[in-house]
Amino acid sequence: MTELLTWFTSMEFTKPFALVLFFVTFVSIIAYVYLGKDRSKRFESYRYIPLQESDEKCNEKES
Amino acid sequence: MSALAHTSTTSYNYEIIRKFAVMAVIWGALGMFVGVYIALELAWPIFNFDTPAITFGRLRPVHTTLVIFGFGGSALFATSYYVVQRTCQVRLPSDMMANFTFWGWQLSIGLAAISYMMGFTQAREYAEMVWPIDLLIAVTWIVYFLVFVQTLQKRSQPHIYVANWFFLAFILATAILHIFNNMEVPISFFSLKSYSLHAGVQDAMTQWWYGHNAVGFFLTAAFLGMMYYFVPKQAGRPVYSYRLSIIHFWALVFLYMWVGAHHLHWTALPDWTSTLAATFSILLLLPSWGGMINGIMTLSGAWDKLRTDPVIRFLIVALSFYGMSTFEGPLMSLKSVNALSHYTDWTIGHVHSGALGWVAMITIGSFYHMIPRLWETRMYSTRLIYLHFWLATIGIVLYISAMWVAGIGQGLMLRAFDEYGNLAYTFIETVAFLKEPYVVRAIGGVFFVAGMFIMVFNVFMTILQSRREREMLEAKLASKMASA
Repeated sequence: MTELLTWFTSMEFTKPFALVLFFVTFVSIIAYVYLGKDRSKRFESYRYIPLQESDEKCNEKES
Repeated sequence: MSALAHTSTTSYNYEIIRKFAVMAVIWGALGMFVGVYIALELAWPIFNFDTPAITFGRLRPVHTTLVIFGFGGSALFATSYYVVQRTCQVRLPSDMMANFTFWGWQLSIGLAAISYMMGFTQAREYAEMVWPIDLLIAVTWIVYFLVFVQTLQKRSQPHIYVANWFFLAFILATAILHIFNNMEVPISFFSLKSYSLHAGVQDAMTQWWYGHNAVGFFLTAAFLGMMYYFVPKQAGRPVYSYRLSIIHFWALVFLYMWVGAHHLHWTALPDWTSTLAATFSILLLLPSWGGMINGIMTLSGAWDKLRTDPVIRFLIVALSFYGMSTFEGPLMSLKSVNALSHYTDWTIGHVHSGALGWVAMITIGSFYHMIPRLWETRMYSTRLIYLHFWLATIGIVLYISAMWVAGIGQGLMLRAFDEYGNLAYTFIETVAFLKEPYVVRAIGGVFFVAGMFIMVFNVFMTILQSRREREMLEAKLASKMASA
């Protein structure tokens, strides 16, 4: 455990580690958001939420 | 006014939004007036009148607190409560808790302003409040978090709209920033004086980690939440790309946390820390411009609205200034540029390009959309909205241009050498050089604050008009009932 922590204190290891970690995460988010037709369609359907909401709908839910 | 519209106000908690909206406009006018006053003090020091309570050093935090937390904060409370209720189609869970956030927040702002004028400060930029006010803010903020999260939990919509993500990130990040930046030890229970828990360069880094993230999460992320709701609503079109808004959100909240140290270039801070901050500042350009493009392209196919709708003008000009200041910010974070710009008025110009151009303009546009709906009427005067738009835009342009001239000129003078390697200018020569730009800056401020006073008048008349309409409607109903 101590060895692992010591490894992290060295900038020459942590810099490429952070680069790989962040880059992979970023690319994964991009891939998740933009790949997959159904998911893309679902995401884009949320664009209409502000235009669909209305006072009447709230009343229905409340009553 | 239809019966349906009338029941809607009993369904959503609009009362709390009205209160915050009114206070936002009042704090805005007052805070900007103080800003103009201290700008006059810098141009003509006679305005100090040898009175400590109104000197620049004491009024400057009054100005920043009133505009950032009084105007911006109250506007965010108002719009976040409005957006979360409407997009989740549910009422706020507790009127009492919502009211607590109102009184807690207003009391904090009022006490802070008074204490600064009396000379009480903990001398941390944008966090000058003394420790009892810090505690009051912390409690208020936790209640705000609970109100917001509980509203999301009981939502009728299956999906949480992206504007609410930005609001939630702002609430969470501000809580963390406020608590860690204000870790302090009071010298006694009955004294307002305290010492920071951090020391030396760590204290400076904590301060700027707070300071820049206050810009990132309070003045950017939260107002992006405003943008993602009010731009589509006013344009009557959905946001350009929802997927882009997701990337925008995650990239922005991840990158902002790293950049605070760019405020401490060429100081005792380790070099790698400020390089890291500069690197992330450059990366931040991508999500910032992605978000700006997403907002502006929402108007794609309806550009004609810019000619006919003054509210859309406010919103789109706000996005343009957002793009401009998020380009200027990364540029100024580069060490070589920062060597010229730091400790000069270029920084002040940059801040106001964001604060007036982005924050104030998006808030004003959103308010002109929201206020008539809250009071179930139309704005009293559209012509006054046009007039406000032009006063604000001309004011910002004058302000920023004056500060570019002041800052870049001052920076060049401070590091100019003669042929023998001596400084080419004395310090007082650089101060004398600032006189004209300071006068132009004050004129720009007068333009902007004049627009704000017009807004106060327009909002006040709109509220009066709403009351009159309601009274007339009630009188009509009463006469119908009597005749039936």
